[in-house]
Amino acid sequence: MSAPTSDHKSSLGPLGWLFIVTGALLMLGPFYFMFVFATQPRTEIFSVPPPLFFGDHFLENMQILMGKIPFWKNLGWSLYVGLMSTGLTLLFCSMAGFAFAVYEFRYKKALFALVMGTMLVPSFLGMIPTFLIMDALNWIDQPRALYLPGAAPAMGIFLMRQYITSAIPKELIEAARMDNCGEFRIYWSVVVPLLGPAFGTLGLIAFIASWNNFIGPLVVMRSPEMYTFPLALRSVQSPVDTEWGALMAGSAIAVIPLLIIFIFSSRRLIEGLTAGAVRG
Amino acid sequence: MKPLLKPAAAPYVLISPFLLLFLVFGLFPIVFSFVLMFHVWDPVKGLNSMEFVGLENLQFAMEDPLVWTSLGNTLWMALASGLPQHLVAIPLAYLINEKLGRWRNAAMGAYFLPYITSTVAIAIMFSTLFSTDYGMVNAALSELAQWPLLNAVLPDKNIDWLGSPEAVKPVVSAVVFWRYLGFNVILYVAAMQSIPRELYEAARMDGAKSWQQFWFITLPQLKPIMFFGVTLTVIGGLQLFEEPFILTGGKGGPEYAGMTTAMYMYRTAFDFNDFGLASAISWMLFVIILVMTVLTNKAFKSKEGQT
Repeated sequence: MSAPTSDHKSSLGPLGWLFIVTGALLMLGPFYFMFVFATQPRTEIFSVPPPLFFGDHFLENMQILMGKIPFWKNLGWSLYVGLMSTGLTLLFCSMAGFAFAVYEFRYKKALFALVMGTMLVPSFLGMIPTFLIMDALNWIDQPRALYLPGAAPAMGIFLMRQYITSAIPKELIEAARMDNCGEFRIYWSVVVPLLGPAFGTLGLIAFIASWNNFIGPLVVMRSPEMYTFPLALRSVQSPVDTEWGALMAGSAIAVIPLLIIFIFSSRRLIEGLTAGAVRG
Repeated sequence: MKPLLKPAAAPYVLISPFLLLFLVFGLFPIVFSFVLMFHVWDPVKGLNSMEFVGLENLQFAMEDPLVWTSLGNTLWMALASGLPQHLVAIPLAYLINEKLGRWRNAAMGAYFLPYITSTVAIAIMFSTLFSTDYGMVNAALSELAQWPLLNAVLPDKNIDWLGSPEAVKPVVSAVVFWRYLGFNVILYVAAMQSIPRELYEAARMDGAKSWQQFWFITLPQLKPIMFFGVTLTVIGGLQLFEEPFILTGGKGGPEYAGMTTAMYMYRTAFDFNDFGLASAISWMLFVIILVMTVLTNKAFKSKEGQT
C-alpha cells in the first residue's frame, strides 16, 4: 500500500476534515473511556457527569476482579491456547502452502478447491455437532478442543501458498534436490527459514483470532477454572449487581495485548487480514 | 542416506494435517448436524437413545414463533448495521485515500482498530455507555437537550437502551456498524489504489471536478470489490451472535427483541437441550444465507448488464 503522490491533488476541505476527525474520535472514544473507567471506583463511573479523566482506582478494581474469577488461570489459558493455536497454524499452513506452491500432483486442483471451499461453510453449522464430538472424545474443558480444530485455516494455507510462490525461487528447490536433499528437509531446512515475513503476518492473525475467540470456549469450556479470559469476563457480568470498575479493568487487560500488537504491526496486519478477507 | 519422503508422496503427506482436521472437525460435524436434524434423543442418555423422527424438527422449527421473531431480528440488524457500513465506508475511503496525504495511515489505523479488538470487552464497554441512568450516551443526550432547537427533537427522559424492545436492535446494530466499518474502509482504500491513475489524469484534463471523478471513475471501478465486501457483510450479518449475545446478557433482551437466529439456535441446544431442533434451525439459517448470497450476486450481475 504505497501512497500515490501527486501534486495537483485537491486537498481535504474543512467539512471533510470534520467528517474524518469526528469519525476517528467515535472509533477511538470507547477505548479511551474503557481505560478511564478501569481506573475509577464504581461509584464514580455512574455519576453525573461521568468521569472524563483517569482516576487512581485501577489496583482496587483489579483486586475486585481477582476475587470474582481465577484471573491468572483464565489469562494463562488464553495465552496457552493462543500460542498453541499460532504454532500449529504456522506449521500446518506452511506445510500445505508449500505443497500447493511447489509440487504438481494428482487431485491438486480439486484439493485446493476443497481448501478454499471450507471458507464458504458458516461456522455455526458445525457448532452443535462439534460440542457433541468434543463430549464424545472427552475433550470438554480441554484446551486442545480450542486450538486443534481450527489449526489449518484455509486463509492461512492460501497466504502461505501465495508467499512461497512469489518469494521462493524454484531454482533453490531444484538445487537442494540436486544435493540429494529429501523432500522434508527441503521444506524444513530450505523453505521454512525463508518464511519469516509470512509467518509474522499469519502468526499475528492466528493469535488475535484465538485471543478474541468467544463462541469456541463458550461451547467447550464448562468449568470457570478452564475459562479463557473473554469468557471469564462475561461471567462477571451479572443482571443484579455488576462490578463495573472491575469489568472495565478486565476489558482493558483483554484489549491491551491487541493494542500493542496493532501499534507495532498495523500495516502488516491490515494487509494480511484484507488479503485473506475472512471475518470473524 | 535415503530420503524418507519421496517427491511423489510428499505433497499428500504435507497436506494431510489439513485434510485430517477438515474431515474430523469440518466435514463430519456438518454431516452429523444434517443427520441430527431428523432425530430426537435425550442427551443425558447418550447417542444410543437417538430416535428418527423425519421432518418433525424442521416442521416444529417452522411453526415456532420465536424462530420467526429471531429471523426478523437478524434481518433487521443485518440490514441496519450492514448497509451503512458500505454507504459510509466508500466516501470515507475516498477522502482518506485521495485527500489525506500523510495522515492516511493514522486515519486508517483509527478506523480499523475496533475490528481487531475483543468483542466481549467491546460489548461490556458499550453496555456501560448505553446504561440507562448514568450512561455516557444518555448523559450526552440530556446535555444536548438543553440547547435551543435540539430540545425540540431530543427526548426529555433517559432512554432505556438495552431494556426496551424498541431500542435494543438499534444499539446492537450501531455496535456492529462501529466494529466493521474500518474493515470495509481498508478494503475500499486497497481497491482504490489499484485504479489506474491515468483515468483520473484524463478526467482532470477534461475538467472533471472532484465529485465527478468520484462518481464516474471511482465508483464504477469499485464494483467488483463492492460485490465482495457486500457479500461478506451479508454472510456475517446473518450469523450475528457475539454482540447481541453479550449486550443482552445471553437471553435475547426484552421481549426477545435482540435475539438473533444464531443465538436462538445456541439457546435451543445448550439452554433447552434440544439438539435436533437446534440443528434444524441452523440448516434453516444456512439456506437463508445461501439464498441471500445468490440474491446479492444477482443484484450485482444485473447492474453490470445495464452499464
